[in-house]
Amino acid sequence: MLFTERHSRPAIRFILIQNRAGKTRLAKWYMQFDDDEKQKLIEEVHAVVTVRDAKHTNFVEFRNFKIIYRRYAGLYFCICVDVTDNNLAYLEGIHNFVEVLNEYFHNVCELDLVFNFYKVYTVVDEMFLAGEIRETSQTKVLKQLLMLQSLE
Amino acid sequence: MPAVSKGDGMRGLAVFISDIRNCKSKEAEIKRINKELANIRSKFKGDKALDGYSKKKYVCKLLFIFLLGHDIDFGHMEAVNLLSSNKYTEKQIGYLFISVLVNSNSELIRLINNAIKNDLSSRNPTFMCLALHCIANVGSREMAEAFASEIPRILVAGDTMDSVKQSAALCLLRLYKTSPDLVLMGEWTSRVVHLLNDQHMGVVTAAISLITCLSQKNPDEFKTCVSLAVSRLSRIVSSASTDLQDYTYYFVPAPWLSCKLLRLLQCYPPPEDGAVKGRLVECLETILNKAQEPPKSKKVQHSNAKNAILFEAISLIIHYDSEPNLLVRACNQLGQFLQHRETNLRYLALESMCTLASSEFSHEAVKTHIETVINALKTERDVSVRQRAADLLYAMCDRSNAKQIVAEMLSYLETADYSIREEMVLKVAILAEKYAVDYSWYVDTILNLIRIAGDYVSEEVWYRVIQIVINRDDVQGYAAKTVFEALQAPACHENMVKVGGYILGEFGNLIAGDPRSSPLVQFNLLHSKFHLCSVPTRALLLSAYIKFINLFPETKATIQEVLRCDSQIRNSDVELQQRAVEYLKLSSIASTDVLATVLEEMPPFPERESSILAKLKKKKGPGAVSVTELDDGKREAGELNGGGDRGPDTAAMAASNAVSTLSLLFICKTLIAVISHFHSYPFIPYLSCCLSASIPALFCGLSLHPCPVLWPPSSAPPSEDPAPPLSEADELLNKFVCKNNGVLFENQLLQIGIKSEYRQNLGRMYLFYGNKTSVQFASFTTTVSCPGELHKPVEPLVEGGAQIQQVLNIECITDFSDAPLLNIKFSRYGGALQNLTLKLPVTINKFFQPTEMSSSDFFQRWKQLSQPQQEAQKIFKANHSMDTEVLKAKLLGLGTALLDNIDPNPENYVCAGVIQTKSQQIGCLLRLEPNAQAQMYRLTLRCSKDTVSKRLCELLAQQF
Repeated sequence: MLFTERHSRPAIRFILIQNRAGKTRLAKWYMQFDDDEKQKLIEEVHAVVTVRDAKHTNFVEFRNFKIIYRRYAGLYFCICVDVTDNNLAYLEGIHNFVEVLNEYFHNVCELDLVFNFYKVYTVVDEMFLAGEIRETSQTKVLKQLLMLQSLE
Repeated sequence: MPAVSKGDGMRGLAVFISDIRNCKSKEAEIKRINKELANIRSKFKGDKALDGYSKKKYVCKLLFIFLLGHDIDFGHMEAVNLLSSNKYTEKQIGYLFISVLVNSNSELIRLINNAIKNDLSSRNPTFMCLALHCIANVGSREMAEAFASEIPRILVAGDTMDSVKQSAALCLLRLYKTSPDLVLMGEWTSRVVHLLNDQHMGVVTAAISLITCLSQKNPDEFKTCVSLAVSRLSRIVSSASTDLQDYTYYFVPAPWLSCKLLRLLQCYPPPEDGAVKGRLVECLETILNKAQEPPKSKKVQHSNAKNAILFEAISLIIHYDSEPNLLVRACNQLGQFLQHRETNLRYLALESMCTLASSEFSHEAVKTHIETVINALKTERDVSVRQRAADLLYAMCDRSNAKQIVAEMLSYLETADYSIREEMVLKVAILAEKYAVDYSWYVDTILNLIRIAGDYVSEEVWYRVIQIVINRDDVQGYAAKTVFEALQAPACHENMVKVGGYILGEFGNLIAGDPRSSPLVQFNLLHSKFHLCSVPTRALLLSAYIKFINLFPETKATIQEVLRCDSQIRNSDVELQQRAVEYLKLSSIASTDVLATVLEEMPPFPERESSILAKLKKKKGPGAVSVTELDDGKREAGELNGGGDRGPDTAAMAASNAVSTLSLLFICKTLIAVISHFHSYPFIPYLSCCLSASIPALFCGLSLHPCPVLWPPSSAPPSEDPAPPLSEADELLNKFVCKNNGVLFENQLLQIGIKSEYRQNLGRMYLFYGNKTSVQFASFTTTVSCPGELHKPVEPLVEGGAQIQQVLNIECITDFSDAPLLNIKFSRYGGALQNLTLKLPVTINKFFQPTEMSSSDFFQRWKQLSQPQQEAQKIFKANHSMDTEVLKAKLLGLGTALLDNIDPNPENYVCAGVIQTKSQQIGCLLRLEPNAQAQMYRLTLRCSKDTVSKRLCELLAQQF
């Protein structure tokens, strides 16, 4: 059982950014999954999230876990956490992340994430690490990102 | 703020990505990728050494190709080379490639670790962070071996930059989770805890995740974090929204950090220090107050951030379960959310209220929202919200509202989503049984269930109604009448036919007096369904027919005719054929007496925990102690798991195999019995023995009577002698061996809750007596007898609905085996004197002091305790989950120290402790060897006193 591996239970199991067609724009895994399992998870998440409408909650039970997600235009930002984790904190965690992306890419759009996929990983690592929230201050994160940007 | 330009830095990469995006077909994409792979391969193999920029670009292209879902089998070496570059962008791509693509067993790991080591010691914060992020992302055993000792140093060093500290804390957390044995906190503990005081809020945010994880595993070593967390929280909560600048999110100060602090506190009981506790309660009150203030912004982000903290605070309040005032306030706040226009809030309020419903302090307050919740069940658009509403109704159900809730759930079932029907059916069945006051209501409810959602009624549910009808003679006539009526429907569900066949076969005689349900009418009604049914149901009906022959001799000819016809006696199904042949023969040759004996009414089922409850828990999956089940978990888990000698899976399986042939088995075995003994005297015991041997699963029942305690009926004067201990007193006692708090006893009138704490040979126990009725209890007296002869009077009157508290101080003089007895007497207005005796859950293990020791010490002491009487051993079957974490929690709950790395077999558990009594100290060593395959344990205890070994062994054998 991949989900119940001993000793290795980070709060966030994975973060996914997908578009409506199911194309993955970011997949960040905080547990060991093999490639088939990752593919399965990506498809399942897409299936459960895209059928929901705006009147539904931003939370959906998923296997023994839950997905907290929010839709921005054509992109779904999904975080998989434990059922006991704080829904609203992660929901706003997503929004905080999106605001940072928006500032960093200056009105972020899907294509930015495609062409700069390697930078998106850096943004994620600044804000989430080892499945936990690392930094929440947008000012601090952006300052750090711009510093890195200036390096060669 | 300047934004990054699109795809800057690597033009070739941007071109390649555009090409891929312009591909019209999968084939074209593959072609383009193959071309690129060939190009990169040739560059990497070429004679000309590549410069860093090109290497970075090609490695990045490979990564992109991999992320598109294609296999990459080269380029790893080039990526590793990038790690030693002095340029950030090259290093970053190298680390990214490794984090995404390199698995832990790669042979490159040595080279990678070398590069990481260099970066960690570079004193360049950017490079240090890259290296730490790589370790945190990969988190392999090899990395833990290489860096587990280095990272704590970086984390607490005075000159480490804040951002590096943040990464180091979470990196260490990752390593601790992968390889806890390699991360030794010992000397760093205090400095890590003090990171909670760090000036930089980001450092606190990161460090608190590490501290929370470490506290869960070593609560004692980290307990100083409680007061630090409280003061940090207090500073945040009382700050103005502008104080924290960077960490204020939509006018809410540090919402994520607040949540994490509140969550850390949930690893611990309420603070003992009065000042700390006062400060914390103040924080919680402030958070509740803020929920009532007008919002500082209309943005949903503002209210979400605020409510994230509020829900976490409520979780903490529920976790403490000791502040009635806060619990009720929390409940009122959630009540407001139930009608909020935000679906998220309604959902979360329903979910959170579910746990509040299980607290004795807030159960009543939750119940006041019943109408809103029922309305949610009917009107919510999102099925997951309706599901939470159903969960909450289930959690708030008690005797006072069971009829209303069951009726609402039944009516919801008619339109319920398919995905939740089965669970709803189980819940209705459980509630109907648990709160049945009159069993005709119960029978009606279950038959309604079958009528409305027959397809979702699992076997457990209809077995159960049959067990109950068979065990209660007062409901049998009603049941027969009701199923008879239900079967009149032209299209009734097959499960209804099963129940109908079984019940009429047993009790059809009770309604046969009415000409409208004369024997022949009953038979014709059943037989009219026969041809539409599956084989197992037909088999059951055939058994019902032979029972009819015994009940109503006048139907014999008709039924024999049916049995004799070719479609029965030559049926291609061997089971049906055999039944037809045997029943026909039996009815022709056996005398009326023999027939009457063989086909006698089924004996009552032994009363045990309901298999339905087991099924519901199983359905909920391994994380089954979910929010909704907390209630039952608390009150019933012990009984459930301790009840049967087999798990629910095997029970359900055996039951499904067994039930269709139940009647046949019954008849065959009895036939043998009759033939071999020919007299009915030894027959009944034999019968029950062979039945329970062959189909025990059918017998696993719940305690059928919602109130298991029978009060003495006499109106004896209050001077009456204490009643003997209840039959389940030992079972209740066993539930508290590994825990100190919970509900000790509950019936219709009274609930007794316990909180207790022990230190050395002293203990203090708080007993809470709750009057569940609306009338006063008079002459309420409790007496504690046995070892200590303690006696402390309580208030003689307990008002209706009120609770009184009693404190017992306990001192362990010497070791003991028998628990003290608690006798409670009281009279209700107009009622008889109630007199009941329980065992107080004071067991010898409560006086354990954990003892840490090294492997050599352990074995030396083990050898010293080698006299045969000092050892007690037991081999027993697992009654509960064998999950490692559960076992560890229980062993820690026992009070001993759980020692790692002692036993050569890592599956085994070894514990050590000293029992403190006033007269002496008794050293105890314990070894528990689980055998997961056989679901067995071997438990060995060696203590310096033989009686203690024996007693501990008895107590513990009940726990696993």
